[in-house]
Amino acid sequence: MLSNYTNKLTGFLLTLSLFTNPAKADWFALNMTEGATAISEEVFNLHMLIFWICVAIGVVVFSVMFYSMFAHTKKKNPVAATFHESTKVEIAWTVIPFLILIAMAVPASKTLTKMYDDTAGDVNIQVTGFQWKWQYRYLEDGVSFFSNLSTDMDEIYNLVPKGENYLQEVDEAVVIPVGKKVRFLITANDVIHSWWVPAFAIKQDAIPGFVNTAWTKVDKVGTYRGKCTELCGKNHGFMPIVVKVVEQDEYDLWVSDKKEAAFKLAELTEKEWTTAELVERGESVYATNCVACHQVNGQGITGIFPALAGSDIVLNDKPRNIEILMEGVQGAAMNSFDYLSEVELASVITYTRQSWGNAEKGDGEIVSPKDIVDYKKPKI
Amino acid sequence: MSAVIENHHDDHHHGPAKGLTRWLYTTNHKDIGTLYLWFSFAMFLIGGAMAMIIRAELFQPGMQIVEPEFYNQMITLHGLIMIFGGVMPAFVGLANWLVPMMIGAPDMALPRMNNLSFWILPFAFFILLSSLFMEGGAPNFGWTFYAPLSTTYAPPSVTFFIFSVHIMGASSIMGAINVIVTIMNMRAPGMDLMKMPLFVWSWLITAYLLIAVMPVLAGAVTMMLMDIHFGTSFFNAAGGGDPVLFQHIFWFFGHPEVYIMILPAFGIVSHIIETFSRKQLFGYSSMVWAMLSIAILSFVVWAHHMFTVGMPLAAELFFMWATMLIAVPTGVKVFNWIATMFRGSITFETPMLFACAFVVLFTLGGFSGLMLAITPADFQYHDTYFVVAHFHYVLVPGAIFSIMAAVYYWIPKWSGNMYDERLGKLHFWLSFIGVNVTFFPQHFIGLAGMPRRYPDYALQFADWNMVSTVGAFLFGISQVFFLFIVIKTVMGGKKATDQVWEGARGLEWTVASPAPYHTFGTPPKVD
Repeated sequence: MLSNYTNKLTGFLLTLSLFTNPAKADWFALNMTEGATAISEEVFNLHMLIFWICVAIGVVVFSVMFYSMFAHTKKKNPVAATFHESTKVEIAWTVIPFLILIAMAVPASKTLTKMYDDTAGDVNIQVTGFQWKWQYRYLEDGVSFFSNLSTDMDEIYNLVPKGENYLQEVDEAVVIPVGKKVRFLITANDVIHSWWVPAFAIKQDAIPGFVNTAWTKVDKVGTYRGKCTELCGKNHGFMPIVVKVVEQDEYDLWVSDKKEAAFKLAELTEKEWTTAELVERGESVYATNCVACHQVNGQGITGIFPALAGSDIVLNDKPRNIEILMEGVQGAAMNSFDYLSEVELASVITYTRQSWGNAEKGDGEIVSPKDIVDYKKPKI
Repeated sequence: MSAVIENHHDDHHHGPAKGLTRWLYTTNHKDIGTLYLWFSFAMFLIGGAMAMIIRAELFQPGMQIVEPEFYNQMITLHGLIMIFGGVMPAFVGLANWLVPMMIGAPDMALPRMNNLSFWILPFAFFILLSSLFMEGGAPNFGWTFYAPLSTTYAPPSVTFFIFSVHIMGASSIMGAINVIVTIMNMRAPGMDLMKMPLFVWSWLITAYLLIAVMPVLAGAVTMMLMDIHFGTSFFNAAGGGDPVLFQHIFWFFGHPEVYIMILPAFGIVSHIIETFSRKQLFGYSSMVWAMLSIAILSFVVWAHHMFTVGMPLAAELFFMWATMLIAVPTGVKVFNWIATMFRGSITFETPMLFACAFVVLFTLGGFSGLMLAITPADFQYHDTYFVVAHFHYVLVPGAIFSIMAAVYYWIPKWSGNMYDERLGKLHFWLSFIGVNVTFFPQHFIGLAGMPRRYPDYALQFADWNMVSTVGAFLFGISQVFFLFIVIKTVMGGKKATDQVWEGARGLEWTVASPAPYHTFGTPPKVD
């Protein structure tokens, strides 16, 4: 407890020192990005157009008001005028704003219509929001992976200085080719999330049970960063998006590398695993998928997320243990994790059955990838 | 507290009972108005303390003071308490005090229901706040409580939250019925609808909005209750339901709710600007028609809160155009206020300062609202701090400034004492600076890309967040100062005349200051 507070204090001092570094100051982060696509530029221009119209209206209206506040005080104008209506003026200030609104609505409707094009792309990627990470599945190539926040917890809790891309970096970015139409099919696995990449002017809610579409055609090679923009629980602020836009040949190379890695993983399923190997691998799977709810010490959070340390199922009920991971728990925050690979599932279950004193208290049985394969076989 | 009206003239009927039972059993509109106002002040300070926790955490990047779970509970409770506990009861309190006095009625039409509608409120908020101490913590899904985060994935306290929303809804509906019945039946002879003071008009329209949409909110939370406890799947796609349905129902309530929180402010500001300009309000009938148009439009714009859920193009276009239309009647109101000031004979007492700030800052909130209506641009603004800046501009220097203006304007009539003008002006300037330093930079933070409801953020947002936090604490402390000013005024001060303000018009200024416990036993004649 005490060390916790000392940590927080050192963290606080570190953060303070961070602010004495002028390179970090960003007083000029004031406006929307123009982005990297034709659409995002159009949206930016639309934004600036409305902004300047509002400024112009504001200048006119407030000038009259301020003039009156200075010129028509009781001191300067002891007797007030008596007029209190004028049909002509009132018609004018109803009709003129209406015309201004039409002038805004026309370009806005045009841009919106352009954005609503849900025909297939050259590359089609299914984006699935999870508490609290994104999954990307390339529909043509079968490539599939999760993208997790890669910022260190010590940076978040101010124990070490924050890096340049603090909270905007992931372990694996989604990669797309430059100059091609990429369509995103956006959905969610648990609660509603929202997939936002400002540089593409795409913000589309990821809704469980529904598929939304969005598309982009990026003209410039580069790394673009985005965020989840729909409150999705505890770690809503900690599931960023990173999109790498690369040349076509680099993209093709990346796809073939990903396919090869998937093939190697399939081979691993066949291998005989030792307990130590499973536990070692399981620890990292646990860190990316389970730790947010069940915590590092396996104690969960009282009242919301059950403890795994000392849990009866984790101690002695291997079949049910596998079943929960595969099917989830109805009506609770625990979802199915059947999208993980056999190796990941087997290793993470084994890790929980071997950690926090569980091996000593329970049967200590390990789960091998083959057990998961058996579970997945159709039951007769 | 009781000093507010104890100081009355004995030549009018009987006075209030003594002690605590006076407040428990009271059916007097002035007592109940006082109760509502003090209650909302208490909630305003509690909700404000939560805002201080939020802003303190956001002072710098990194997690310093609270954990993300608790942060989410704070943003949820801050929103719920400020809306349902702060702004709405404050306006009901003002309606209780002022509507009968403005229309020349002796009391509200349904005094016992009036008592009930107030006294269930403290229980609703006791239940809501007690959820902070429950296993799993308080509601943590935002004040908009989108399913399934608020159903399948919610902490157990969500059931208590649902119950408290039901009680708040019942209270609001009873209050609204009372206002409508009073205005429709108890106006003094000669007071036609088109002669009613604008505050009365604004509340009549507000009350109809409340009756129309509070049952919709009750329906939404009941469906949640069924999903959580009785196995239905209204909002669960896996069972054939639809999470987006929740948002449609919620915002069908939520958008009129926004106008419920601003229409009475329009009424208040109209009276104050008229009084301190010493000139009759410009365009009375267009003011009424503008409020009616805004109220009707509020029922057909709800999905502009949902541009990113994936609606068909036709729906997006419809809701964009309908939303932009609201700018027309709102503009008419602003122009009318300025035309009222034009060639008036203006003085700037504290209520007028608040009212002028209201006109300027509410209009700024209106501009950002217009920008948000533009769907393609909204894709970039939606759920960022730009939205936070927008709705705080219409709610804080909008609704809340109007409430403060109303307190300064009518407190001489309520307490019989003038507030200290120097302190009032100081409170205004502190609040005015505080509110702008807090919320203006949030436009930048949002445009630069910081999403709302984030406990921690990337480094490029650090500078303006720090400024915003400094402003928030300035604003927060100024409201404790406001509490001091109110108590000081109630306790004593320069005696107020019956007329109070040179340019004030309306029946409430014809009765003594402080207003006797019973007014208008015989209806006045209005010509």
